This record gives sequence, C-alpha cells and structure tokens, in this order.
Amino acid sequence: MEDQILSTVDWARAQFALTAMYHWIFVPLTLGLSFLVAFFESIYVKTGNEEWKKLTKFWMTLFGVNFAIGIATGIILEFQFGTNWSNYSWMVGDIFGAPLAIEGIFAFFLEAAFFAVMFFGWHRVSKGFHLFSTWMVAVGSSLSAVWILVANAWMQFPTGMAFNPDRARFEMQSFWDVALSPVAVHKFTHTTSSAFLLASLFVVGISSLFLLQKRHQKMAKRSMVVAAVFGFIASIFCAFTGDEAAFNVAHRQPMKLAAIEGLYVGQEKAPIIAAGIINSSKKPGDDLPAFHQEVKIPGLLSLLANRDVDSYVPGINDLVFGNTERNIVGAEQRMVTGKIAVAELTRYKNAKNSGDAADAASALVLFNQHKGDLGYGYLKSPAQAVPPVAIAFYSFHIMVVLGTLFPLIFLLVLFFAFKGTLENQRWLNLACLLSIFLGYVAQQAGWVVAEVGRQPWAIQGLLPVNVASTNIATSNVQATFFIFLTLFTALLLAEIRIMLKQIKTGPEA
Amino acid sequence: MLSLSKQLYLFYRDGFRSMVVGRTLWKIIVIKLFIIFAVLKFFLFPNYLQNNFNTERERAGHVLENLTRTSPIR
Repeated sequence: MEDQILSTVDWARAQFALTAMYHWIFVPLTLGLSFLVAFFESIYVKTGNEEWKKLTKFWMTLFGVNFAIGIATGIILEFQFGTNWSNYSWMVGDIFGAPLAIEGIFAFFLEAAFFAVMFFGWHRVSKGFHLFSTWMVAVGSSLSAVWILVANAWMQFPTGMAFNPDRARFEMQSFWDVALSPVAVHKFTHTTSSAFLLASLFVVGISSLFLLQKRHQKMAKRSMVVAAVFGFIASIFCAFTGDEAAFNVAHRQPMKLAAIEGLYVGQEKAPIIAAGIINSSKKPGDDLPAFHQEVKIPGLLSLLANRDVDSYVPGINDLVFGNTERNIVGAEQRMVTGKIAVAELTRYKNAKNSGDAADAASALVLFNQHKGDLGYGYLKSPAQAVPPVAIAFYSFHIMVVLGTLFPLIFLLVLFFAFKGTLENQRWLNLACLLSIFLGYVAQQAGWVVAEVGRQPWAIQGLLPVNVASTNIATSNVQATFFIFLTLFTALLLAEIRIMLKQIKTGPEA
Repeated sequence: MLSLSKQLYLFYRDGFRSMVVGRTLWKIIVIKLFIIFAVLKFFLFPNYLQNNFNTERERAGHVLENLTRTSPIR
C-alpha cells in the first residue's frame, strides 16, 4: 500500500513537473517579447520610420505564435491539483482561490481588449492608441504572472494564514502578507527579469540567423541592438534579484541553500562551489567527502547568505541533526514536535467526533503549540528533509553559469554593433543563435532549483508531497503523463514549425 | 455614425477575416481547448473531492482523515 502511494506520488510529481516545464517554455517568451515589441513600436511611433513598423509586426507575429500555442497550457496544472493533489488543493483553496481568480479575470479582459487591438488595429485605431494597447499587453502579461508567482511563493514561505483544523484548511489572515511577502516579491522580480532576458536572447538569436543568412540585415541589426540593451539591463537586474532570492532562501529555506551548494558541514566563511562533481554516495552525517572534485571561492556563500563574509552558514548536517552551539533546530528535533502536532490533531478530531469539548479544547491548545512543524510529523527519518542534492546543485550552477554568460553576449553584440561589424562576426552570431537554446536551459534549471530544492515539501515545513497527494491508482497518473507528453510535444513542434516558417518568410510577410 | 457595438463587431470581424497566420493559430487553439476541456478535464481529470463527497464538511473530514493517518515518506 505504501509503495502504491509512493509510486502514485512520484508519477504525479513527474506529471506536474512535465506540465510546468512545458508551460514554462511558452510563458517567459510571452512575458519578454511583449515588452520588446512595445519598444520596437515605440521607436516606430517616435520616428515614423516604416522600417520599424515592419520590424515590429514581424516580432509581433512571432509573439502571437508563441502566445497562441502556449495559451491554456497552464490550466492543466489546475486540473492536476484537483485530481492528483486533492489534499493539497483543499488545504490551500482559501489562499490560492483569490489570486488565481484575479489572474483568470485579468488575463481574459486583457486578451479580449488590448490583444485584439494590437493585432487587428493597425489600420483601425490611431498610432497612439495602438501603441498604448501594445504596452498594456506587455504590462498586463507581467501583472497576470504576479498571481501565480504569489501562489508559488506562498508554498515556499507560507505566511499570512492560519490552519483551521475544523476545515482542514489554511485560511488567509492577511492578503497583503501573502501578496507582498519578500519571497513573492523576489520571485516576481527574478522570474520576470529572467523572462526579459530570454526574450532578448530570442530576438538576438533569430536576428543573428538573418545575419548568418545575409537576409534582412538592417532589420536584424536594429532588433539586435534594442534586444541587447534590454537583455543586458535585464541580466543585471536578474543577477541582483537572484542575489536577493538567495538571501531569502538562506533565511527561510536554509536546507535548499545548503543543497544547492552541496554544503553538508556548516561553517564560517562558507565557500561557494564555483564548479564541482557531487559525490552521489554522500549521505547526511557520514564522513564521505561531498565532492569528488570542486573549485571553491572562500567566504562567498557566507556573503550571499548573510551579507557577511565571516558569517556562519548552516550545512545539511546541522539542519538534519541540529546544532546546539549554533542554536539550530534540526529536522530530527522537529520531527518530535511534528509528531506531537499530528497526534494532537488526531486527538482533536476524535474528541470533536465524540462530542468531548474539553478534550478537543486541550488537544487544540497543544496542536497550536506544535503546528509550526506539522509537516515534519510525517517524515520517517530526518534525512528525508534533505532534497535531492545533486539535482539542486547542478541545476543551480547551470543557471548561474549561463546567467553570467548572457550579459557578456549582449555586451559583445553591442560592441560590434557600434563598430558596425556585427554581420562579419560569424562566431558571435552562431553563439547568439545557440544562446536561444541555452536561455531555455537556464529558465528550466532555475525552476528545478526552486522546486526540487524545496523537496520534500509541497508547503514548506507544513505538508510533504506524499500527504498532499490523492490516493488514486498509479496507472491513471501514468496514462495521463504520457498523454500530456504527447500533447505538449505536438504543441511544441507546431510552435517551432510555424515560427520557422515565419522566420523563413521574414518581415516581408 | 455606427453604434459602438456595431463598430466593435466590425473591428473583430474584419480582424478575424484579415488573419493569415492567425487562421492556423486559431485552429490550433480550438483543437487544443477542445482536447483540454472536453477530453482531459471531462474524462481524465475528475476533481476527486468534488466527485467523491457531497458536502464541504465531508471533504474537510476526508482531508483531515488523511492528515491524521500518519503515512511516512521514503
């Protein structure tokens, strides 16, 4: 029975990951390209130069293709909540209901109004109103992304709520605490800036293809300059917000930070591992080395985590077994508290069912004292509180390395553009083309860090994934996994095919 | 002077008529939405709690039962 539940959970997680990762192929390009289109059109309106209009319409078409293929791919995640994650879905309904409803309504009105003007209105509305509509689509797309990111942030840092044991639900106490939590703010800023970066890579990359093919060179160079400027600014902003995100992770999800750096033994002047090969045999508490090979930068992790190069950063061992010297409560101790919380919740439920008000009241008092570690009560061993270290480590480092590479590419593009020799730099144009793919790799790696890094929690510290899931047949989840795989792959192929056709045709279409 | 509703109707009608790539995209959107809402949602993704319990109280009771049935993970 236990194996059955685990298997179902694993498949449900795989299915959610698959859907989210495919969904995230479409979303960042929509978020970023909408702004680039708005920039291009603004230049057209400012200069009156028809070349810019042609250029705007070309990128707008690619934006439209991506938007159309990606639309509603996210709704499947909500279906999965109801089927595969019914306990979780019930428990967070009060928190997520409002943000997701706002997102749905916002997106509908945005798309029905301004989106139509953007595509249909070139000859029907004034230049100014058309430009306004394009900007509204760009701003609105990012704003509609706020709410889903707020929901995700709440899972990483549950705040502004209280657990109601009668309804088995987390109930919202403060909308603003949920919407403006530090994790929500940095998640939004980091995610959107990374999306701007990706879209810039996309425009620079496709434009490079034109230069390599010696087609539409003037348009390509113009597009590249605007996208490289936007991309460079987005890269720097992304780095700052990433730093802020890491600071928040250090203080709210220290296990995630320890995992993404493979830090088992906490230390002062903790180093960042610039590159390394994880020792997959390593387990918490053993004496094996964490890495087969590693290149360290001393003190940098302490600086990242605490803004102090000499500070102490807890390692996985501290967070699993505790460290009294450093006043760190480990998962081992939290499990004791968590099991009391589960036991008192059970006593409360039984007392309520049997009508014993006094026993229910006493159980509730004890439950409330221990509920902060409720999720730990479901763990079998403290080591279960550790996420898959190798996946978290490699994903994080891939993201950071690529995130460092991209601004350099943008700078090189700008350098050669101002020298007037961009079309002669074949190596750079090839690198720009390859960077489209690398941009997507960085995007996916970022989400892997965020989501794998917080395992085993569906809601940080409160609800592990196995309790969040529905006890349904594994075969059902397996079947829908492969249906999604087929559907999303078909959609992705359709997108690539239509985009390639548009790119082949170019701005003359 | 056309009424606002008529203008809006003509705006969307002419817009849809003048689409080139959009025609293909709309076909994909319609097929996709049909698959998502009429097939996946209807046949493969029932809402477990909605379908198996009649009242909010029963649903809460079921979830509470799961929360209090300790099921350690691997």
